[in-house]
Amino acid sequence: MDQTSRFTSLQTGSLVLLRLLIGWHFLYEGVIKLYSPSWTAKGYLLSASYMESFFRWMASETIIPVIDTLNIGALLLVGFSLIIGVKTNWACIIGIGLLLLYYLAHPPFPGYPQGPSEGSYWLVNKNLIEAAALFVIYLFPTQYAFGLAKLFAKQKTVSTNPIN
Amino acid sequence: MATDKNLFKGFSRREWLKILGGIPIFGAVWTAGFRSNEKALSERNLLLETLNIKASAPPASGPMTGEPLRVGLIGFGIRGEQLMRSLGFATTEWIDDMVKSAAENPDDKRLAEFQAQESLNVKLTAICDIFDVRAEKALKSFNTEENPCKRYKTHLELFNSGEVDAVIIATPDHWHAPMAIAAIEAGLHVYVEKPMTHTIQETYDLREACRKNPDIKFAVGHQHRQTQSFLTAQDAIAKNTLGHVSLVVTATNRNDDNGAWQYDIHPDASTETIDWNAFLGTAPQIPFNAEHFFRWRKWWAYGSGLSGDLLTHDYDRINCVLKMGIPKYITGSGGVYTHRDGRNVPDVMQINMDFPEFSTGTSQTPGKEKGMTLVYSATLGNQFDRGTVLMGHDASMELGNMVTIYADPRSTKYKDLIKENRVDPSVPIYQYDPSANGVDAVTSATAKYFANKGLLWTYRDGKRVDSTFLHLREWMSCVRNGGEPSCGITEGFEEAITAHMGGLSYKIGRRIEWDAENEQIIALPGENLDEILLNNDDVFIS
Repeated sequence: MDQTSRFTSLQTGSLVLLRLLIGWHFLYEGVIKLYSPSWTAKGYLLSASYMESFFRWMASETIIPVIDTLNIGALLLVGFSLIIGVKTNWACIIGIGLLLLYYLAHPPFPGYPQGPSEGSYWLVNKNLIEAAALFVIYLFPTQYAFGLAKLFAKQKTVSTNPIN
Repeated sequence: MATDKNLFKGFSRREWLKILGGIPIFGAVWTAGFRSNEKALSERNLLLETLNIKASAPPASGPMTGEPLRVGLIGFGIRGEQLMRSLGFATTEWIDDMVKSAAENPDDKRLAEFQAQESLNVKLTAICDIFDVRAEKALKSFNTEENPCKRYKTHLELFNSGEVDAVIIATPDHWHAPMAIAAIEAGLHVYVEKPMTHTIQETYDLREACRKNPDIKFAVGHQHRQTQSFLTAQDAIAKNTLGHVSLVVTATNRNDDNGAWQYDIHPDASTETIDWNAFLGTAPQIPFNAEHFFRWRKWWAYGSGLSGDLLTHDYDRINCVLKMGIPKYITGSGGVYTHRDGRNVPDVMQINMDFPEFSTGTSQTPGKEKGMTLVYSATLGNQFDRGTVLMGHDASMELGNMVTIYADPRSTKYKDLIKENRVDPSVPIYQYDPSANGVDAVTSATAKYFANKGLLWTYRDGKRVDSTFLHLREWMSCVRNGGEPSCGITEGFEEAITAHMGGLSYKIGRRIEWDAENEQIIALPGENLDEILLNNDDVFIS
């Protein structure tokens, strides 16, 4: 990729939009879970159809409270970071990690039970697509174009990022 | 500081928008999530307050302290072995099997659960089984230094041995009442398997024996009375949540040999190893027949088929919640349609139990509150789970380990709530899951999916509780600490009479009526109902 080329504002804008939409999704999921006292990932983990022993360990009595807290914390953090536009690269990595865990617990592999689902999937599902989208956000950071990071980037005289 | 000041210099308004633009989005999403939850919670709380159903577990039975209770068992067959495990006694063969099974499948927790079971402070001092192989199997595992256990050739020898305080009777049906009466008269506490009796007359005789010996603690083995959800269901009925219940449907669905009572015939069974005359008792005197001995549930002579073995469970489940007692009318039908193997009890059976005067209350104008039919529908040729549903004018209740209530779209009571879209008839208005932390008014499809798969079940004190264990414990607590078992002689009387009316209606092909005032099943002149019930010759195959 030519690092010196610049994107049009429409191209940058669409990347920002994608980042905001994913952030929105993460944040809303995190907030709903945060304010639902009885919410737990236990059922999702116990019904895992792949890597069952790992997910069952996560769902065990002593581990599950930590997992639930970490999950909510990570969802809120990723959502906050992608929307506000700060440390988005870290947010992308954490977000991809979360999504891959969700994906692996109930992967749409042929012959695997699909559980409750609103669509039909084969190998690819929405979790995987969202993870791929986060990878794009990671490769094309836009926090200096739209986000709090821009505040701290002003002093930088040289930027190698094509979007800045 | 100088650097900080420089930091904020030189931004245009447009640039500030790009720097801070995410903040209002963040605020909006957070607020929307918070408000959505708040609304859902307040709607849920409002609904729960309106319904005001108390979700409660049955009170725990009393302490098992003091001198060990000396228990005798009659009948170490399939059920006898299960009962002994609930009592804390497993055979070495079973333990070996479970060790193997747990090694192959780490999810098999049966052995761990058995070992974690609370001690009932019991000595199993006496065993009576007329099949030598079974009696010896019991002795081999249970007769130890800490628990000396003796075999008795007859139940009367066991009762009069002076070595037992209480007996558990797990024999074929035709021996339940004669043994229970003899045990009560010998001053022993009795736990008898269902159905409580095999004939109508025995039902009166056993009740009489209990009345004459009020200190004897008598329990019938309907262990589902310990199901936690039932008290919650009772409270929902008491609060008139369902309105006028006009129909209750309950079912048995089995589709395997074991479920159709095709139990294994032991290769060592012979007149040498089985006391055949003792098995027959008052049943028709026929030559030794191993199939009759091991698969006795298939003949009216010893068992009572679907009406005695399985209707009794479902009837008692509903009687436990509604307390509707003996039906005024019973109409039965069915036949031997799947297992044409020489049996004479039906394998498909429908029993309609009518209660024209029974009422669960109403939300409608007076005059619309009376009358209910309980339908028991059974087949041993299909295992589609039909569940148990109590159908009221205002709501329907699915009754199982969980209690789930749906408002009826045409309900009078919930009319306004449905109109305001605060109640959706397709979403439960109430759900009680004894394994969850609390009750929930609204359940998502996903949560229901997980719950139905049994995945969300946490167990009391971290272990699964066996209802037979709780039922035996309750009986023993009554023996030790006083009180009456939840399924005692009154409930057993209602269960047995209902089962016999069902069997009679099937056999006679007529609606059978109960005269509540005189406590009699109405017979036609010259009709001997017990003779008809016990008749082992007729087979109804269409």
